[in-house]
Amino acid sequence: MAITQTFGGGIHPHETGGGKAVTCLLPVVTAAAPARVTIALSQHAGAPAVCCVKVGDKVDLGQVIGQAQGAVSAPVHASVSGTVIALTPCVVASGKSVPAVVIENDFEDRWADTVRPCENADALTPAQIVEIARNAGLVGLGGAAFPTAVKLDVSKLDPKPDTLVVNGSECEPYLTSDHRLMLENAAQIVDGVLLAKKATGVSRAVIGVEDNKPDAVAALQSAAKDGVEVVALPAKYPQGFEKMLIFALAGRRVPNGALPSAAQCVTMNVATCAALSAAVREGKPLIERIVTVSGRVGTPCNLRVRIGTSLLDVIEQADGLAAGVRKLIVGGPMMGNAIPSLNVPITKNFGGFVALGEEGLSGEESACIRCGRCVRACPMGLMPSKIDALVRRNNYDGAIAAGAMNCMECGSCTYCCPAKRELTQSCRVAKAIARLKK
Amino acid sequence: MSKYVVSSSPHLRDSVSTARIMQDVVIALLPAAVAGVLFFGYRAAVIIALSVAAAVLSEWFYCKASHTKSTVGDFSAVVTGLLLAMNLPSTVPYWMPVLGSAIAILLCKMIWGGIGKNFMNPALCARAILSLSWASLMNTFATPAFGHFAGVDTVASATPIVSGAAGGQYSIAQLMLGNIPGTIGETCKIALLAGAAYLFMRQIISWHIPALFIGTFAACYLIATGFDLGQTLYQVFSGGLILGAFFMATDYSTSPPTAKGKLIFGIGCGLLLFIFRYCKKTPAEWCSYAILLMNVVSPLIERVSGVKSFGEVGKNG
Ligand code: SF4
Ligand code: SF4
Repeated sequence: MAITQTFGGGIHPHETGGGKAVTCLLPVVTAAAPARVTIALSQHAGAPAVCCVKVGDKVDLGQVIGQAQGAVSAPVHASVSGTVIALTPCVVASGKSVPAVVIENDFEDRWADTVRPCENADALTPAQIVEIARNAGLVGLGGAAFPTAVKLDVSKLDPKPDTLVVNGSECEPYLTSDHRLMLENAAQIVDGVLLAKKATGVSRAVIGVEDNKPDAVAALQSAAKDGVEVVALPAKYPQGFEKMLIFALAGRRVPNGALPSAAQCVTMNVATCAALSAAVREGKPLIERIVTVSGRVGTPCNLRVRIGTSLLDVIEQADGLAAGVRKLIVGGPMMGNAIPSLNVPITKNFGGFVALGEEGLSGEESACIRCGRCVRACPMGLMPSKIDALVRRNNYDGAIAAGAMNCMECGSCTYCCPAKRELTQSCRVAKAIARLKK
Repeated sequence: MSKYVVSSSPHLRDSVSTARIMQDVVIALLPAAVAGVLFFGYRAAVIIALSVAAAVLSEWFYCKASHTKSTVGDFSAVVTGLLLAMNLPSTVPYWMPVLGSAIAILLCKMIWGGIGKNFMNPALCARAILSLSWASLMNTFATPAFGHFAGVDTVASATPIVSGAAGGQYSIAQLMLGNIPGTIGETCKIALLAGAAYLFMRQIISWHIPALFIGTFAACYLIATGFDLGQTLYQVFSGGLILGAFFMATDYSTSPPTAKGKLIFGIGCGLLLFIFRYCKKTPAEWCSYAILLMNVVSPLIERVSGVKSFGEVGKNG
């Protein structure tokens, strides 16, 4: 099967101070459990979980503390054993204030009795696998945090998906948590892929890894079993985006405005696959994740962190911020959020942390010189310069007609604009206004 | 207030900037400018200096007068001034580059809104205005004399295109080296091609416009002359085609931004130049007119050459 096609456009973002090279060689270290965790009840796409514990309750590791409500939601589990000391709103990395449960750690790591390894994992039916994913609170760990059970449940889809596309590309600069996971837990990833394949009933499962990680490709290839393909993809941003990945691995284009299911594909991230395997085999709910801590920090590293740990504690384990930090970024520098303070808890969708200095500042905007760089870079085949000009003239209908709704907010256009124009932001504005008008 | 900057993603920016691009264009033009000075003497150097200075001052003055932030720092005025000088004969009186640059910057660029907003190439536009107003001054070319820095005789000698009708009075080697009559910057093809290579390398320009411009022109000439390769090459390397195709038709503001648009634009330039040159041998600056005309239709080309979005209606693969 010839799977060499890649989307048009894209960029090769530069990294100052080493970037990925610094952390991709460092094994994942399990961070010390904090004295106190603040677990947000809304850390997934969809309805927030409903708190089911009271202040003063004793909770065990992996016990449900927030129950899923509605069709698209996910439960939340205690990531330490201890006592609930507060139910309080907290500000998460997205800037939103959400209800949260604060637990004082008793450092006993007493597992809840609901956490039991599965006796006969290979005999599970697809519906049972979906159920386990739901109960384990699994969400997409690549960033969007879409509940995994909803993705895996294909019973209502028509036509049924036939391909499972697994994202191991990790195209964001600086981040290496997926890279490390692929090196250290390749077998677990492959197991998760096979479980997801079974749950969705697809005939083909393929993992795409950018070719700048040949060691990860090799590790997965040697772990791969029958029914799992591993494909090296050209390294360029935004290769890891759903639509780009489906195009590269399944050779299909997701139509504008449609979900991957329209191209008969299910997409998952490698870290989510590993978590699915842990949930099914060991009965482990999602209570920790790997976080890359990079950029201008004392010791860049990859840490396995309990959900609910304060970012302050995480940064402390990376020996603090280095001098000259101007921007704190949660996620990668291309798509992540800049946050005003380190006082946020780690959530399930916490993609990584990068501290940037002057290199993270955008420079002054000047007039568009019509150089066409943004047009060449846009993976969605849009004309960002045109959308930007229309939005600045308040011609939102024009911007929508120019395709602003198809913008994935990947940031490639803004990255390469010599006039330093905030093109991605203009697309966001157009999209937000279109949504308001609806 | 937090001491950390909070702004929207992306948080990384490419090091490329408008000023850096313009500086690269200046660097790319330098070899040809130096060649011009070597062939046409000190007058060429003075004209280049006056033209660049007048362009920069005009832009500075316009910004001052209109109370807007000075855009002189983006180096685009330097490019315009330099390009205009490259398009002038070394024999013109010294007021001409000054007037020309003022016209280029004020009339052809700034009143339209400045960089990126003008619809005709400022340097070419100014050249056309000067030519139409002072045709004889603009068509008096010096005979080049290598190393005669003190100055060469300002005898009116025929440019290759004019004389070329008879079958070519210059050798291809002369055309390439540039010791032929012509404007300051257009004669030395080796220097121009070296500059163009630099622009490609730095990814400032793409192949679309120059390749289609020159390709279309050459193809038409080949057919019209019954596949006379010699005469076609002669035509390609004489006059302002090389300078125009690589340095002026590729101007961002006045050419379409998409690859498809650039292809149409290049073909249009090539066809027009062929028609002009084949039907009428004088004046020498037909290349400018071909580009200017295509500048005018560029917005139309842009309309019909829009991009196709990644997920446009259900086709797979
Ligand atoms: S317009 Fe949107 S999709 Fe296109 S490059 Fe810019 S941010 Fe990415
Ligand atoms: S990259 Fe910037 S300057 Fe170039 S066309 Fe796009 S918006 Fe204009």
